[in-house]
Amino acid sequence: MTHLPILPIVLPMVVGAVLLLMRGSMNFKRGVSLLATFLQLPLAIMLLLRASEGTLVYTLGNWAPPFGIVLVVDRLSALMLFITAVLAFCALLFSLRGDDAAGRNFHPLFQFQLMGITGAFLTGDLFNLFVFFEILLIASYALLLHGAGSARVRAGLHYVLLNLTGSALFLIAVGTLYGVLGTLNMADLAIRVSQLSPEEQPLVGAAGMLLLVVFGLKTAMFPLYFWLPRAYSAASAPVGALFAIMTKVGLYSILRVYTLIFGEQADSLAFMVNEWLWPLALVTLLLGALGALAAATLSGLIAYLVVLSVGTMLAGLAIGTPEALRATLFYLMHSTWITGAFFLFAGVLQRVRGPRYAARLIAGPALPYPMLLGGVFFLAAMSIVGMPPLSGFIGKLLLLSAVGTGQQAAWLYPVVLGAGFLSLVALSRAGTTLFWRQTEAAASAEPIDALRMTAVLLLLLASPALVIFAEPVLAYLAATADQLLAPQNYIDAVMSITPEASP
Amino acid sequence: MELMYALLIGLLTSCGVFLMLRARTFPVVIGLTLLSYAVNLFLFAMGRIGEAVPAVLGERVDYADPLPQALVLTAIVIGFAMTAFALVLSLRAQGELDSDHVDGKGDR
Repeated sequence: MTHLPILPIVLPMVVGAVLLLMRGSMNFKRGVSLLATFLQLPLAIMLLLRASEGTLVYTLGNWAPPFGIVLVVDRLSALMLFITAVLAFCALLFSLRGDDAAGRNFHPLFQFQLMGITGAFLTGDLFNLFVFFEILLIASYALLLHGAGSARVRAGLHYVLLNLTGSALFLIAVGTLYGVLGTLNMADLAIRVSQLSPEEQPLVGAAGMLLLVVFGLKTAMFPLYFWLPRAYSAASAPVGALFAIMTKVGLYSILRVYTLIFGEQADSLAFMVNEWLWPLALVTLLLGALGALAAATLSGLIAYLVVLSVGTMLAGLAIGTPEALRATLFYLMHSTWITGAFFLFAGVLQRVRGPRYAARLIAGPALPYPMLLGGVFFLAAMSIVGMPPLSGFIGKLLLLSAVGTGQQAAWLYPVVLGAGFLSLVALSRAGTTLFWRQTEAAASAEPIDALRMTAVLLLLLASPALVIFAEPVLAYLAATADQLLAPQNYIDAVMSITPEASP
Repeated sequence: MELMYALLIGLLTSCGVFLMLRARTFPVVIGLTLLSYAVNLFLFAMGRIGEAVPAVLGERVDYADPLPQALVLTAIVIGFAMTAFALVLSLRAQGELDSDHVDGKGDR
């Protein structure tokens, strides 16, 4: 049995613990943290390659399923790990120039957050998913408040209280599922759901819907997204960028639970959330676009663009065909990286404009290197809005072509295109204010930091890269979508494991 | 026994929800605590309620399911840590914003 699947969890755990205890200089800590984060990348690529050959199952403590906890690496998990690794590396690179010194223990917290995220993507056990959720949440609470300020404390309080309530609901749902089905292993749950008697189905259905509320809170789905703009815009730039993956953890959980446990074999409970997701997704999309129009700061604007992208992806999930899932996953890769890059860019801009103007959308002093900064903003904005030839365009095009020509198309076309137009207006307004309208005030600010800019550009490079390598990426994503819609393979892979004889 | 247990969980939950809807941080934190108590009891009951049944095989004919007991221990530890964090955060908010309102608004 290979130990590869557990390494993305163990590595940040050990490094985080060591960093916490270490007394060395800041630069040494930075080096260790950067190395550990960078190592996630080859690990994720190795897992991607293994996962395309077949689903990899790792039994912790050699307990065969359904007993004990399993880690499962299928195409979706490996893909999510890869997205996380790229994003985390760039965010950490950005933070090295001072953002990590604003408070204590930034690097250990960053590693623990990473551990929670990778764990949530890898686990094949519902209660273990809850535990990893809590790990990533408690690290994110501390990261959000890192280098505090009253805006952060206020946003942090809402974020923490809401998520604590969410955790309570998660436990109720998990408890109900265990009480009726007697298992927590996701593959085993899927089997048991298909054998339910009609009297027990409503109870399991209720637990399933409760899970949707919990994941909806993490994903920032309407009406549970109100915490997001405040929290994300209050966080420091590298933390905001790392949080770009957090909503995707919720999205991943929705995708996993409702294609596997409540997938095609689940009788009357099969695909039960799709009809709920559809209207909620469209409302989320529209409100995200309206919020972007009303935002007063660049980071607030980007936070609403995150809400908008969540709406788009939820719409793709609600359609639920293989083509729609493929489009959703492509859009997920694109939006995670590009909103991450945009958050980092807002951090650069904030420093260049000085504390008085920061990222507020008001006319400020003349900027150094206007071509470079303006060019990066233009590229990121065009990619997010979905203008050809950048990756956002392909994502939206795939989604719109996946919906076909029915009633759903009649709803999706105007909403997606209208929201795209609104975000174009919002971003052009932001761009003209930031780059073209200038006051006489003397620039009081720091020069552009080369390392920070490198991190932004690296992450932004993902957009053209996704276009250039669109064909292999889409082939992989198509296989991922097919795998998700055929949960029997996942179930067989997990349930066929037998304990290994001791050497 | 089952009825008592269910009523207790219901009472704890409703008190918790009521307190969580208050505008001050202290009642909200107490509300969260009550809610997590209710959830822990609920999880515990998922192994079915029985009297004097061991959680070990072979001692008697019927046995208690040990898994919910393990789950509830995990949930208690996590819930405790989270409540402590929320408490510290609300103290910090009190210091930083000079108000114990959940939105950080002034008192009047």
